[in-house]
Amino acid sequence: MTAAAPIALIDYGAGNVASVERALQKLGVSTIRVPMPGELDEARAIILPGVGHYAAIIRALDEHNLRAALLDAISRGIPFLGICLGLQALYSNSEEAPDLSGLDLFRGLVRSLPSTVKLPHMGWNRLCVQRRSKLLEGLSESDYFYFAHTFAANGAADEVVATCEHGASFTAVLEHKNIFATQFHPEKSGAAGARLLQNFVSLAA
Amino acid sequence: MSLASRIIPCLDTDGARVVKGVNFVGLRDAGDPAELAARYNSEGADELVVLDIAASRDRRPTFLETIRRVAAELAIPLTAGGGIRSLDDARSVIRAGADKITVNTAAVERPELISELSGEFGAQAVVLAIDAKLDSASGAPHWDVRVRGGRESANLDALAWAQRGIELGAGEILLTSMDRDGTQSGFDIALTSTISRAVSVPVIASGGAKNPAHFAEVFSAGAADAALAASIFHDNVQSIRALKQFLASECIEVRLPC
Repeated sequence: MTAAAPIALIDYGAGNVASVERALQKLGVSTIRVPMPGELDEARAIILPGVGHYAAIIRALDEHNLRAALLDAISRGIPFLGICLGLQALYSNSEEAPDLSGLDLFRGLVRSLPSTVKLPHMGWNRLCVQRRSKLLEGLSESDYFYFAHTFAANGAADEVVATCEHGASFTAVLEHKNIFATQFHPEKSGAAGARLLQNFVSLAA
Repeated sequence: MSLASRIIPCLDTDGARVVKGVNFVGLRDAGDPAELAARYNSEGADELVVLDIAASRDRRPTFLETIRRVAAELAIPLTAGGGIRSLDDARSVIRAGADKITVNTAAVERPELISELSGEFGAQAVVLAIDAKLDSASGAPHWDVRVRGGRESANLDALAWAQRGIELGAGEILLTSMDRDGTQSGFDIALTSTISRAVSVPVIASGGAKNPAHFAEVFSAGAADAALAASIFHDNVQSIRALKQFLASECIEVRLPC
């Protein structure tokens, strides 16, 4: 793949596809919206943006026959970035839609944050960095990122490179081989978010 | 580590231009929405709200174009509202680039609208705007919900309506004090605190802000999760950067712009 090849944005109708597209355009990166499985073959990297209900993203992946193509592309080593629901979709299942199966690339159940705090976890929060990561290069625990979610993955697993806390500690950033994901929205997180997206784009060069 | 208190500038528009007025009357031009959006984005605003206060059917395409122009300037979340009466209205606003939608009168008239929006976009995208006015006739403090730009009573208690809206799927409450709006005499601390401490979702306080001390007060005594203001930012009376520096000095956690 050449650096000029576009980054594929999986477009299942989620509201934030256009925002991610705009954020990448500002970095000078060309993107292509992918509603069909075949087009993933051409991509130098894949982004799965998500916002809303877990069931919507999982059903859309299956309705568009994207599940197998996506898993195949990831297994071939194509850099992948999941955003918000795009992180949650990587796990086995979610309490938000217990009957559906996630991509199961990581074991575990995505659960609701505790009701002892206001939900959704909405607004700007900082990270607790667990280990060195490529995605967080040049970023630190003093940077804020924009979160808007109620469900979250357990922050104790091996793939977790940064956690965040809102009533409980949860996965904020994960990184495993060519798989990257953030619970927050880098496309809405100002300069810090742009830096993170730039880091991902550099990995996919 | 905890959530930063959010500062949210609000652009009241007539569809195309930013307008301002006291208690919704005597409107005058306050600038271009995209230009103001770009300025607030770089000054460290945490989110932006853009409202169509005219909300007439024929000006709808103009407002959607305004949302597109504003969204293009932002690297922060955008909430849009004014005149959203159906799922289709909301879809076009989200498609134009808004991350959240805010509903007010239409939700009072047809509360199921909240469930429909929440079902399609998720609770995090549905902001229930409540315009509240103190009902001094009753014994215990009680706020009445006002609709149609504050002109009419909805005959609903503000707290009860907030709780009902959350049950139906609202993920945030935008709470405007009709007693304070446009007065620059400070946020309504009693109202904000009463609602914010009782509900399970974040509350954005609105109405009456003039100086940094008003913001500090609404975050501490008022227990607000976010605070919204319009004219003090548009007129360069108060820079967002200086406001946040003041709040940080008061030990209120804010995201300081770099």
